[in-house]
Amino acid sequence: MAETISRDDVAHVASLAKLAFDEAKLDQFTDQLTDILTLFETLSEVDTSAVEPTYSVTPNVNHLREDVADNWHQKQELLANSPEEAADLIKVPAIIKGEDD
Amino acid sequence: MTFNYFDHDLSDLHQKLLNHELTAQELTQATLDNIAASDGDVQAFLGTNGPEALQQAQELDEKGDFSNPLAGIPMGLKDNLSTKGLETSGASKILAGFKPVYDATVVQKLQAAGAISVGKLNMDEFAMGGSTENSAYQKTTNAWDHTKVPGGSSGGSATAVAAGQIPYALGSDTGGSIRQPAAFNGIVGFKPTYGRVSRFGLFAMASSLDQIGPLTRTVKDNALVLNAIAGFDKMDSTSVESEVPDFTARLGQGIKGMRIAVPKEYFEEGIDPKVAQQVKSAIEQLRELGATVDEVSLPHTRYGVAAYYIIMSSEASSNLQRYDGIRYGFRSPDAKSLEDVYVKTRSEGFGDEVKRRIMLGTFSLSAGAYDAFFKKAAQVRTLIVEDFNKVFNDYDLIVGPTAPTTAYGLGEEINDPKAMYLADALTIPVNLAGLPGLSINAGFVDGLPVGLQLIGKPFDEATIYQAAQAFEDATRWFEKRPAVAEKY
Repeated sequence: MAETISRDDVAHVASLAKLAFDEAKLDQFTDQLTDILTLFETLSEVDTSAVEPTYSVTPNVNHLREDVADNWHQKQELLANSPEEAADLIKVPAIIKGEDD
Repeated sequence: MTFNYFDHDLSDLHQKLLNHELTAQELTQATLDNIAASDGDVQAFLGTNGPEALQQAQELDEKGDFSNPLAGIPMGLKDNLSTKGLETSGASKILAGFKPVYDATVVQKLQAAGAISVGKLNMDEFAMGGSTENSAYQKTTNAWDHTKVPGGSSGGSATAVAAGQIPYALGSDTGGSIRQPAAFNGIVGFKPTYGRVSRFGLFAMASSLDQIGPLTRTVKDNALVLNAIAGFDKMDSTSVESEVPDFTARLGQGIKGMRIAVPKEYFEEGIDPKVAQQVKSAIEQLRELGATVDEVSLPHTRYGVAAYYIIMSSEASSNLQRYDGIRYGFRSPDAKSLEDVYVKTRSEGFGDEVKRRIMLGTFSLSAGAYDAFFKKAAQVRTLIVEDFNKVFNDYDLIVGPTAPTTAYGLGEEINDPKAMYLADALTIPVNLAGLPGLSINAGFVDGLPVGLQLIGKPFDEATIYQAAQAFEDATRWFEKRPAVAEKY
C-alpha cells in the first residue's frame, strides 16, 4: 500500500479532478490528506486475500424496459438553467485555442 | 391563529383536517409564521415557498379530500431533493440559482398524497459532513442549544422538526446523515433499507450508499411518512420491487421475546462514557419490556470508517464530475477557455470538504492506488456485511448508540476532518451493508439528547418500528420540549 501522498501527488490528483489550489491550500490539503491516509492504512491489517469485493448491496441485477423514446424535458426549461445560451444552444468558450482571441 | 406542533402528531393533525376543525390554509399559514418566529435562532431553512404552499393548501381546502394521512399537512425537504421550478442548490455555491426541471420521486409521491412542502432545508454541501457547517450559505444550530451543531448532513431537516417548525422532514443518509442529526436533536430519524425508497431526483453523492428517509418527532409519524415514500420506481434501477408493507401495522405489539444483540465494539473507542451509560440504561429498558438482550461482536466495525471514506469519496468524485459549469449552475466569470470553465468553476464553486472528498476519491481510483484502496475497501465491505449476516442469523435487531457523543459546539471540530470522519463510526457500517437503521431519543446528557440506534435485517423496517414504538411508549422522551418551543 502506498504509504504517503506527496505535495506533487496532491497537485497531480488535483489536475485529474479539474481542481486548482493556491500554494497555501496545496500545503494544507497535503497535510490533511496525509492524515486521512493514515486512517485508510488500517485496512492493511485485514486479510482480504480470499474475499470478494462488494460494490453494491442491491439484490437487483437489471431492470429492463421497452426501448421507447420519451420526450419529457422541455428544452427551454433546461436552457434556462445554462449559464450562457445563444441560438437555443448552450454557449461555451472556444474549445480550439486562438479562435476567439 | 397560532399552532404548536409539540401538541399534535400527524394522526391528530389528520383527524382535525378530516373533521374540518382545521383547514390546510390555516395550518400552512401557522407553519410559515412559526418558521418566521424561530428561524432566526435555528436557521434551518435555506428558503421557504410560502406563496406556492398557500396556493396548494387553498386547492386542497377547496377539493376537501383529506383522506390521505398526510394530506394538507406541511413539511420540509432537504435541499438535495429536486423540486421542479424551486431553487435546489444542495447548499453548494456551484448550484446557486439552479431550478430542477423535475421533482424527485419522493417529492412527487408526497405531493400526490397532498403533503405541502413549505421549503428547502439546510445541509452540509452536497451532504458531505456531520455538522451542517459545510453549507455554503448558513450555519444551522441545534434545537436544544443554539451554540451547538445540529449534526449533519441533514442538520436543517433535524433541527426544523426538533424545533417544532414542521411536523416532519425528509433527509438523506449516506453514512449517518439522517440518524446522527436526529440523535443530536432528540428526534426519530430513519434510514430505510437500500432500495426501499427511490433515489431518483436526489443529488447523488455515493450511489451505492445513499438512501432517503423521514425525520419526525414520533415513531408512528415516521412510519406514516415512510408508507408514503417507499416503493419501486422505474426511474431508479436500484429501487426494489418487493412488497411495501404498512409500516404502522405492528406498532403497539410490544417486544416480548424479541432477540436483541448489542455489539461490544459500539461501546469501545471514542465513546463518551456518559453517552454510553445513557444508551446502556435504554437497552436495560428494552430488556425490562420483555426482549432478550445479548452482547455480540461485529469484529470489523473498526475498519468501517476507512472502508466507507474510500468507497464514498470514490463514488462522490465520479458523481460530482457533472458539476462542470457547462449546463447548469455557477460558471466562473473569469473562464476564458473550456478547460478554464471546468477548473475555475469547480475551484470557485465547491467548498473545502467537497474538494477534499473529490481529491480522496480521485486518488483512490487512480492507477496504482485502485487495488490498495478502492478494491481493498470493497473487500472489507464484504466482511462488514458478513459480520451483520452472522448476527442476524440469531437476532431480530442490533442496538447501540447512534453517535459517540452528544452535539458538540459550533466551530469545534470543523478544522479536523479526520476526527469528524471517525465520529461516523457507529452509523457507517449500516450504509455499507445497506441495512435499515433508526435513531430515537434515549434521554439527555447535560441537557443534550442522546440517540439510541436500532438496526434491522434488510427490508425488515417493521421490526425496527415495533421496537422503537415500545421504547417510546415506555420512555416518552419526545414530550420534553426545547426552549425554542416557547416561540409559538
